[in-house]
Amino acid sequence: MSAIPLPPSRLLGGAVLIVVALAILPWVVEPYQTTLLSYGLVMAIAALGFNLLLGYTGLLSFGHSAYFGVGAYAVAMTVKYFKVTSLEAFVVVGIMAAAAISALFGFVCVRYTRIFFGILTMALSQVLWSLAFKFYNVTGGSDGLRVPTPSLLGTHIAPGEDKMTYLAHRYYYYVLGIFVVCTALMWVIVHSPFGKALQAIRDNETRAEFVGVQVRHYRWVAFLVSGTYTGLAGALWVPLNGLTTPDILHWTFSGEIVFFTVLGGFGTFTGPIVGAIVFNYLKTFAVGYTVYWQGFLGVVLVTLVLALPTGIMGMVGRLLQKRQKAPAA
Amino acid sequence: MTLLQTTQLTKYFGDTHAVDHVDFSVREGEVLALIGSNGAGKTTLVNVISGLIVPDSGSIRFLEAEITRASIHEKIAAGIARSFQLVNLFDKLTAIDNVALSIFARQGKTRRLFTLADADAAVRNEASGVLEQFGLLPKAAALAGGLSQGERKLLDVAVAYALRPKLLFLDEPTSGVSTREKAPIMDIITQVVRSERITAVIIEHDMDVVFTYCPRIVAMHQGAILADGTPDEIRSNEQVTANMLGTDRHA
Amino acid sequence: MDTLIVHVLGSLLYASVLFLIAGGLSLIYGVMRIVNLAHGNLYAFGAYVSAWAVGVMAARWPTGVLYALLPMGAVAAAGLGAILEPTLLRPFYRRAEEYQLLVTFGLLLILDDLMRFLWGPYPLSASQLYETFGSLSIGETIYPNYNLMVIAVGALAALGIWAFVYKTQFGVILRATSQNMRMASALGINVNRVYVQAFTLGCFMAGLGGAIIVPSQGAVLGMGVDALIMAFVVVVIGGLGSLEGALVGALLVGVVREIGITLFPEIELAVLYLMAAVVLLIRPAGLFGRP
Repeated sequence: MSAIPLPPSRLLGGAVLIVVALAILPWVVEPYQTTLLSYGLVMAIAALGFNLLLGYTGLLSFGHSAYFGVGAYAVAMTVKYFKVTSLEAFVVVGIMAAAAISALFGFVCVRYTRIFFGILTMALSQVLWSLAFKFYNVTGGSDGLRVPTPSLLGTHIAPGEDKMTYLAHRYYYYVLGIFVVCTALMWVIVHSPFGKALQAIRDNETRAEFVGVQVRHYRWVAFLVSGTYTGLAGALWVPLNGLTTPDILHWTFSGEIVFFTVLGGFGTFTGPIVGAIVFNYLKTFAVGYTVYWQGFLGVVLVTLVLALPTGIMGMVGRLLQKRQKAPAA
Repeated sequence: MTLLQTTQLTKYFGDTHAVDHVDFSVREGEVLALIGSNGAGKTTLVNVISGLIVPDSGSIRFLEAEITRASIHEKIAAGIARSFQLVNLFDKLTAIDNVALSIFARQGKTRRLFTLADADAAVRNEASGVLEQFGLLPKAAALAGGLSQGERKLLDVAVAYALRPKLLFLDEPTSGVSTREKAPIMDIITQVVRSERITAVIIEHDMDVVFTYCPRIVAMHQGAILADGTPDEIRSNEQVTANMLGTDRHA
Repeated sequence: MDTLIVHVLGSLLYASVLFLIAGGLSLIYGVMRIVNLAHGNLYAFGAYVSAWAVGVMAARWPTGVLYALLPMGAVAAAGLGAILEPTLLRPFYRRAEEYQLLVTFGLLLILDDLMRFLWGPYPLSASQLYETFGSLSIGETIYPNYNLMVIAVGALAALGIWAFVYKTQFGVILRATSQNMRMASALGINVNRVYVQAFTLGCFMAGLGGAIIVPSQGAVLGMGVDALIMAFVVVVIGGLGSLEGALVGALLVGVVREIGITLFPEIELAVLYLMAAVVLLIRPAGLFGRP
């Protein structure tokens, strides 16, 4: 994994600065911007999870929309059938549902690699999409299911309080907190002996087997962690969006997840985070700018893969390396 | 004491008798060479014993335990390890991480998700020690993919060695390396093997290497064992010289 | 009995179009080892071009002559493919598979909006071609003749492709390149040319599928993305890279879908995707695929 060539103390310092900046953001910009960033942070959690499989284990899934959607729909159904509306419950439900589905799908998928793995993940996510689409009575079909603003740690949105401000402050901090925890946790995971084993599997499956790492089992665990992260993201996304529809289960949304991970750079730890946030702004801008925003994003993607395959953070890393090698001024 | 014993071990690929009813044994502490022209079955034999390929018939016993159809994982746990002819490393990990992985796996620590690998001083020290034995310590922080061919061959062996096996198979440890590098590499390998008293089976094509370093030589031809003895015995064996020696000088 | 015949015809109809799309996808993969995620959009492109051509000339030409315009979709798709392969795909042959998927996904997004740009967000119709063909009575049911023609075209295409791949010299070259690209190149075959020809042929097939179905269904945005996933199901069942597999897979999917729509409409789609997943589990290479 290409690391940003800076000493750990500087990296930690940088990370703290960024978190502080993110924390004071709602006091500096208008609520719309903060909410927009919330979306970005949620997608960053999904991207972190996705990249555990792609960047660290070498498996390209085109079906991660399944776990995002499972998280979102699990929350929506908790609201619909159990009338529960606390974000804490949403988080727990989202994690559990996504973990169960990724354990099941992962068990099936990790027996394959490369293109068959990709197609199988795609097919399984389409199964879920078609179920959500057709079973109108349960899932609301293409209308989807509404999810009201949840209570956070017991505090509810006051009647008459502006939803946008509520989201931009309390919900944002909640998401930020979870994002920081998720990032720290994933950082530990990829730097753990388990994480090294995953990278070994990515680099050389046969040799990994021959140093005693049971490849299929480790891939399954990676799949499970990856899907759970993405499901948590889905659970956090749906109260922001207010609504969940089958679109987020469709394989083209999986493609988006792949897109923003690669945009940021799937060969680095921070790449997916940066990519998700940047993509969120890019898409919002594009949608507002032209009706042909899909084509615009397509052009960005093709250019990205042609000219900048290591993504934004890959390029940043390379530039930093060059600066270090240049003679001191 | 006999460490490994194969009995009538057989593997056919269609009509090709890759391994043909082979009775092969290795005693503890031996360093032996496995020679034969290309296609003789040496690598297939090692692949079967190490668990990459399942034999058609016959048996393999290791330390009195039946391991004929055991998985790769089980064979490693029993104490068998191997290096590869075409270097098989984790190219995007550093040299020390490559070796550390073997150690983590050996100690069952690869199951741990929530501890930092670099924080495990014991493993890091052991990995450094292994690298030093193989003369690779200066390159500890270099990515495996960026090392020279000779260094990669040594690292490949080091990764297998770090599993602390009882029986180590080395598949052409000097192939693909320039002639003047071969001796230093073999010196290091045999030094480690002897000082740690590891039993080693070395597949080799280079007869100079074989005669210099290996007190026992097993010659294979068309899937079967042709001869088995000391360098002198092998040199004077007409069948062996007819089939292999004299023309066999490729790297 | 009559309803059975109608259902059989329904399966064959769907299978015909699916075979053309999936066969193209499989051919391309078989020769070039590329999975083109934008392949469905070439089917859509063919549909749009044909519908547009018919629409433009509808006022001036008698309906009978308009049928001659349908193949335009196939030709246009082939032309598009001939442009795309050397420009967008060739740079990626040496790169990791992941990048190929990404670039074709980007292409999918671009083509989607290209069609939106060229023909707008509303469907294009060529339904006069569908109706003028008339219908025949099967017992008490009326069955459109046009559908029979689609089935005939599908069958002819299957035969034509088979003959092309197995009976012509180009077909020999195609198969040689697909089996061993390096060897073919060493034997003097211009691999780049074979690649663009194979890709063009695959796109032609997809475009033809769109062209012949457009009188019955119209050209709609998003039809490409839906078609792709079905093509994947077919190719998974039949085996990536096998034309016989694409044929058998298309027939299987056609039949299961017909049964599904009639008896279990709600889970019909899910059953198809699940079928693909099950085949991948039991026999990952597909029925006719090479592992």
